[in-house]
Amino acid sequence: MDIPFLYQTLLKLLIGVPLTLQLAVSSVGLGAILAVMLALARLSGLRLLAWPASFYVFIFRSTPLLVQIFLIYHGLGQFHAVRASFLWPLLREPYWCALIALTLNTAAYSCEIVRGALLSVPSGQIEAARACGMSNFTLHRRIVFPLALRHALPGYGNEFILMIKSTALASIITLMEVTGLAAQLISESFRAIEILIVAAAIYLSMNFIVTRLVQWVEYALSAELRPPPAATSGQGGTV
Amino acid sequence: MTASNFVLGFGEAGWGTALLQAAMMTLAVALTGYAFGLLVGSFCAWAKIKGGTLPRLIADAYTTVLRGIPDILVIYLFYFGSSAVLTPLAGLFGISGFVSLPGFMAGALAIGLVSGAYQAEIMRGAYRAVSPGEIEAAIAAGMSRLTMFRRIIAPLVLRHALPGLGNVWQLVLKESALVSVTGLVEILRQAQIGAGSTGQPFTFFFAAAVLYLAISSFSTWLLRQAEERLALGARRA
Repeated sequence: MDIPFLYQTLLKLLIGVPLTLQLAVSSVGLGAILAVMLALARLSGLRLLAWPASFYVFIFRSTPLLVQIFLIYHGLGQFHAVRASFLWPLLREPYWCALIALTLNTAAYSCEIVRGALLSVPSGQIEAARACGMSNFTLHRRIVFPLALRHALPGYGNEFILMIKSTALASIITLMEVTGLAAQLISESFRAIEILIVAAAIYLSMNFIVTRLVQWVEYALSAELRPPPAATSGQGGTV
Repeated sequence: MTASNFVLGFGEAGWGTALLQAAMMTLAVALTGYAFGLLVGSFCAWAKIKGGTLPRLIADAYTTVLRGIPDILVIYLFYFGSSAVLTPLAGLFGISGFVSLPGFMAGALAIGLVSGAYQAEIMRGAYRAVSPGEIEAAIAAGMSRLTMFRRIIAPLVLRHALPGLGNVWQLVLKESALVSVTGLVEILRQAQIGAGSTGQPFTFFFAAAVLYLAISSFSTWLLRQAEERLALGARRA
């Protein structure tokens, strides 16, 4: 065990952590917006909206993320119209291509999480809200979305961990996040095993922290499902 | 559009045949990896259910670590890591330069190790779904442990595990695209080669996406058939 070398490697790889987290957080955040729209489209009951949304989900879930990244980064430049358009300054940057591909990809997976969560809202709650005279918008804002958020959270935690792992693919289009730096170090030093173990440890600790964070949010959002603190000692086992 | 139809054709200048061969390679590496994963996964599930403290600890560490790190790192580990071991070894035999596991082997091993971690969890869950009454009845009927496993446990576990195992297969299929980094000529690598030599990247990566879509849709159909067949005689609520 060459501890100084491992320490040096750790310091060098940690430089990539902000980029990894930035890619993961922004793609999951932007993907969530897209996912809610897709899920609402699928549940709208209008075939004109539901069918394209289902098709989108099917396409993006059945093809490898790496193919999607290559299609956007290498593929789009084939068309003159794209190269001439105002979007080209964005689409020729590997960072934006990776972000777009990751966002579109996670939106397809998250759409299913959101759809399941929306479907899990008890119809009694919705009926009660309607009976109170809530408008459709108020109903969603105050009843459906808060309840669905709680159901979606465990699934969303998994999706976030998957996305942290997926950002490693951005290294293949030259982004220098943790995996990109690791690959560069390997080609410089040829000490692949040690470097990869350090990189793996970094990903594991990031995912561990995310798991804990999600658990904490879940706990914080389910306050009324827990017995009140005073009652726990007094009433013992009754839940 | 005629130009792009031409490069994907099956004629002399077309890449159709090459891409279909590459699809076979994708299937081969994915299936090999998946089978290896089944082996590792069943062994791990057994360790988690019936093993002592040490096997269970090892199995837990394995499934936690392999599900928590990017797949590409595992592929790099086998590809570059094996060269760190093999290159000095080859040097002893007078072979100089970069020596590594062949891309196929490194890819299949990596896919197997990653998918094994998921498969272990699925099989463990499926085993727990087998009702104790069935096992008690088998014991009461005087079955030996092997007969009980073959006739009662295995079919029931398979029925419960199949949807999950099907999901892992879809994961494995998509993961196999990552093996392209080792230079193995599967769908994505072949598409890269085609894109490079014709200057039509979109056409080739689009064709690659369509091939993956076709394989995955066909697997979905096949898995649904298998699920229905295994669920024969199962009561639905």
